[in-house]
Amino acid sequence: MIDFEPSEEQALIIETVRQFSENEIRPQCRVTDEAGKPDPAVLSAAHELGLVANALPEAFGGGGERSAMTGALIAEELGWGDMATALAILSPGLIGLPVADHGTQQIQNDVLPSLLGAQFAPGSLAIVEPRFDFDVFHPQLTAKRDGDEFVLDGVKCQVPWLEGTRHCLVIAAEEGHLAGFVVPTDAAGSTAEPERNLGLNGLPTVEFALSGVRVPASARLTASDDEIRALIDRGRIAVAAAALGGARAAFEASRDYAKERETFGQPIATRQAIAFKLADMAIEIDGARLLIWEAADAMDRGQDATRLTRLAADQTARITLEVADGAVQVFGGHGYIREYLPELHLRNLTGLASYETLALV
Amino acid sequence: MPIDFELSPGSQISQKHYHAVAEAQMRPISRKYDLAEHHLPTEWVDYWWAEGRKGPQDKAIFDNDGFVTVCLQAEELCWGDAGLYLRMPTPALGGSAVSAAGTKEQKEKFMSPFREEGGHPIWGAMAITEPQAGSDSAAIETTADWDETTQEWVLNGTKIFCTAGEGASTVDGGFVVVWATIDKSAGRGGIKSFVVMANTPGMELIGCEKKLGIRASDTATLRLDNCRVPAGHLLGSSEVRKKNPKKTGDKGFKGAMATFDASRPIVAAMATGIGRAALDFVKEELSRQGIEIRYDAPPRELTAIERDVIEMEAELRAARLLTWRAAWMMNKGKPNNLEASMAKAKSGLAVTKITQKAVQILGPIGHSKKLLVEKWMRDAKINDIYEGTQQINQLIVARRILDYSSALLR
Repeated sequence: MIDFEPSEEQALIIETVRQFSENEIRPQCRVTDEAGKPDPAVLSAAHELGLVANALPEAFGGGGERSAMTGALIAEELGWGDMATALAILSPGLIGLPVADHGTQQIQNDVLPSLLGAQFAPGSLAIVEPRFDFDVFHPQLTAKRDGDEFVLDGVKCQVPWLEGTRHCLVIAAEEGHLAGFVVPTDAAGSTAEPERNLGLNGLPTVEFALSGVRVPASARLTASDDEIRALIDRGRIAVAAAALGGARAAFEASRDYAKERETFGQPIATRQAIAFKLADMAIEIDGARLLIWEAADAMDRGQDATRLTRLAADQTARITLEVADGAVQVFGGHGYIREYLPELHLRNLTGLASYETLALV
Repeated sequence: MPIDFELSPGSQISQKHYHAVAEAQMRPISRKYDLAEHHLPTEWVDYWWAEGRKGPQDKAIFDNDGFVTVCLQAEELCWGDAGLYLRMPTPALGGSAVSAAGTKEQKEKFMSPFREEGGHPIWGAMAITEPQAGSDSAAIETTADWDETTQEWVLNGTKIFCTAGEGASTVDGGFVVVWATIDKSAGRGGIKSFVVMANTPGMELIGCEKKLGIRASDTATLRLDNCRVPAGHLLGSSEVRKKNPKKTGDKGFKGAMATFDASRPIVAAMATGIGRAALDFVKEELSRQGIEIRYDAPPRELTAIERDVIEMEAELRAARLLTWRAAWMMNKGKPNNLEASMAKAKSGLAVTKITQKAVQILGPIGHSKKLLVEKWMRDAKINDIYEGTQQINQLIVARRILDYSSALLR
């Protein structure tokens, strides 16, 4: 039966994360961006909320409650606070969720307990490659079997690399099919070069180059090509939801500013040119959110969500950029200076189309 | 209940049923009545009166999604043909007005003929727009004067763009809901709506408009010349509120405007039906040429057409979900003024662009009248105009999100 209202449980989660976002994340948003890394205190506090742990398996001390819908709701609220911090908080899921789903026993034992410990432990994923025609489903980084080991060769970029990261999940092509390998961050033959990006500056990333890196066969996820594609779709929905939160923040900021800023004796929000722009932002944000929810709902039903994810992710990438650009424009000159947040939203939301992640929810 | 996107069994039956009706009854005569403008589409009208209005004969239909299911019916039938949909013998917007503002007796009196078996097809309509007043409906000039001696209201004025106005004004049993002011000095507070039965002396059908699209729909001009209606035909109260100048009797006017909160989701659903007709056809035609949309291809590998189709599809789906949300809020009894306008604004513009793009993508065959694509483009455009233009709905959304009154943002 059609219903657009979050359940009581979902509403409670939304409210909790919203408050956390407002009280803890948002005040640090600008500092995080300028410092190029999130505030460890915020990550610790988020860890105590157990947002990622709740989705990890019970056998390792997690909550065992996996839902793309709940994940999307959480991601939007975190993203509303700050997208970079949101992705940092969710980063344990980048490796934890795929390993929980498809890891060998040995890898699960290596990876999961640390993510579920008393302290926040970040996760990392190497999926994007540094070229314009990057195809997430056909990576150029290769994995070749050699006896009891796999040998990995290739270069990844935009790899989240928070302080304390121990393992990175590397997505490779193995005989033409997608495969995932858990690689220690200090593996012999690997180099991690810090990157500087247009946006999401609060999330430190590296270019991760692997040259003849050897990992044991047990480091390979058992996931099939299709299963990895499904994980990628889940990541797209989570990133889209976080981006939507960022766009919502940009919209709210410009709405409030437009009511305060006066020209010719009246608030600029009383001018149709501004008011209609704000109305369009509100409409597009709500429309994209419903597309995200529809795709998440299909995932939670175990249906093939490839098409719905494409529609939701593309639409969100398009409209969040429009919203962020509109927000800078509503702020005028003030939108261009770093004292205010619109320019940060615009930088964050411009790169979204290239930002791929696994799972996350 | 958590967030849920699965249609109820009744909705699925309804969707299937009306899709079949659209395919079998509407599509075959779609071009015929586009060309024969102003001719009554008798096949369709007679079918609807005899069979169509009974709806699906399946008990599971009652397990449905309320107004969302109504939206599904509108979407499917407008996927068939929007002009024919507007020509269906139903109470239409006149019925919405009676339902929203009428007493129990009025509802029974005016609506029951539409449920009676047999007889002949009848229509309902609503007449608001005037030559000098469209979006600014508070500026209408049609008057209603109370005649104490005969205990009647006397209506005078001219109404234009009245959808289904020919049938509703000339076929016995039907009615037109006419908006008129009983006190011009009271502004909005003086505006009331009156039920004028078909063929009431003094109501004259001047003619029907020749239009860009929805040509099967009778868009009438009506003249009211000392047209007398009984006291019981006024919908709502005759009280004119103007004591508090800040609240110049907005209740009656707002009550009338509330009709739009219910009708806008339906219009938005009609729009998505036309948009889907065009999109479905584009995808089928591409498929016939061996082109399937690759939803899993990287952006750089997509062709321009694939990109267009994916964007059209996302836009249409966003419009449709916004529409369902506005309709679902009515089920819950939640105020949906903001959401209804969001749905209408999004759908109206999205399907205008989608159908135009469909014509462009298909090139010569999109332009040709051999197919229906060019017609869908013409039919779609009205959805960004009637029931509140794009700009009026933006205005409503903007006022809501800014918490501004109509005086502050106009």
